[in-house]
Amino acid sequence: MTTIELGPRVRSFRLPRAPDLLQWAVPLVIIVLWQLLSTAGLISTRLLPAPSEIALVGVKLLKSGELGRNILASFWRAIAGFAIGGGVGFVFGLANGVSRLSNRLTDTTLQMVRNVPHLAMIPLVILWFGIDEAAKLFLVALGVFFPIYLNTLHGIRAVDPQLIEMGRSYGMDNRELFRRVIFPGALPSIFVGVRFALGIMWLTLIVAETIAASSGLGYMAMQAREFMQTDVVVLCILIYALLGKLADSTSRVLEHLLLAWHPAYQEAPE
Amino acid sequence: MTTGSLETVLAGVRAAERPDLRSDAGSVRARAGGKGVPITVRGVGKSFGAHQVLANLDLHIKAGQFVAIVGRSGSGKSTLLRLIAGLDTPTTGSVSFGDADARTAGVRIMFQEPRLLPWARVLSNVEVGLGAERKRADARERAVRALHEVELDAKRDQWPAVLSGGQRQRVALARALVSQPRVLVLDEPLGALDALTRITMQGLLERVWLDQGFTAILVTHDVSEAVALADRVLVLEDGRIVEDIQVNLKRPRGRSGAVAAIEDTILRELLGKPE
Repeated sequence: MTTIELGPRVRSFRLPRAPDLLQWAVPLVIIVLWQLLSTAGLISTRLLPAPSEIALVGVKLLKSGELGRNILASFWRAIAGFAIGGGVGFVFGLANGVSRLSNRLTDTTLQMVRNVPHLAMIPLVILWFGIDEAAKLFLVALGVFFPIYLNTLHGIRAVDPQLIEMGRSYGMDNRELFRRVIFPGALPSIFVGVRFALGIMWLTLIVAETIAASSGLGYMAMQAREFMQTDVVVLCILIYALLGKLADSTSRVLEHLLLAWHPAYQEAPE
Repeated sequence: MTTGSLETVLAGVRAAERPDLRSDAGSVRARAGGKGVPITVRGVGKSFGAHQVLANLDLHIKAGQFVAIVGRSGSGKSTLLRLIAGLDTPTTGSVSFGDADARTAGVRIMFQEPRLLPWARVLSNVEVGLGAERKRADARERAVRALHEVELDAKRDQWPAVLSGGQRQRVALARALVSQPRVLVLDEPLGALDALTRITMQGLLERVWLDQGFTAILVTHDVSEAVALADRVLVLEDGRIVEDIQVNLKRPRGRSGAVAAIEDTILRELLGKPE
């Protein structure tokens, strides 16, 4: 009875972002199943430890500060590498999108370099930089560069020439034309590049850290492998998954803020 | 023609709603604004590569006149319009506006597509029309007024994506009008709209032209639109003006016998088969 009377009020208390919780249902079901199968002894805990064990190890490493230190090291590398590679890619994309001369001068070279898998550079990078921070930053930056470069270039090229003509006929100078027409027009494509780049960023970092590092999540996983600590290895993988999701969500929120005008983003963010 | 009968009905409705349109506004001198500038096209030619679209064309348009240019596709009407609007430069000859050139004369263009910036709200899109004056303090106020002129006050904070085709074109009209142009050049601005929206827009165009008194040049392939709006209809064929017809009829023009007669003359000219 009371719930019926309170009907409207109860409705207003409903969780405002229900779909947000729904997307976590599948991972949750997997974890619960995994735990049940492990407890029942159907999965060998030596090959794949139960979620509860992983959680315990996580708490232990968190308390000792080891986990926090390594996450921070990886996170910092990811951000710095992304900023460098993305920044340079963006600048080249802009320059080649706007200037024909710049495009003729650099595009062919960049396309050649692009077709070399950047992870194939690892031996050379180690020779150049040792196993220093610079090596990881270089690899991440190189990996991130191309998706941002290509999508920025494509975005600028794809800006509606009719809008540019309109801008000119309404007296916009080059700077204003760029700020009000070309850049906003290229932004959706740039965001596609950013999301590709985020994926490549984590991939590169994992590989770089497992091969040559003295800190970071990849390093932690490799160390754990040496000592057969399967739980730590799985913990690292799960953290990578979470960080990847975090980066993706961040770029989504940014997209919703900056591309609110776009018909595809007219609904509220999920 | 169904559009025609529809137009007659709606023209009547329009006149009933707007008594100011019923006054004798047909003659240029009767209007209050009178700030349009005359346009002189002297010996203008335009070639694209080896293909000559216009050759040695002369044309004088009186200040504040509403001129329509009709012609088949490929007749050079859009090329002529782009030359007048300053979007292209003529290969030979010159276009002048009274004693000013295109930059200082305040020439504004309205395209067939609205060409609104999708990432700017409706009001900001209108402000684009102010050009360099956009930084002045009264910019917003002027944009609001222009938006009011096209009866879209309620949409000022919307994204263009949520507007209908006719509403977008009205925003484009507000953008063209906000700087109080002395010449408004219209490149088939109603071509992509449905028949009903088109008739409403014709009424709107006529009203703002009567209010503001700019010189208007309309390129269209719709003969009845040309006769409904223009003081003077030019028929262009292969880059030459083959017919220059004065339309001295009262506004708003319904679908009277006189209108039909002028339409017939133009259509015969366009179709090239004398009866």
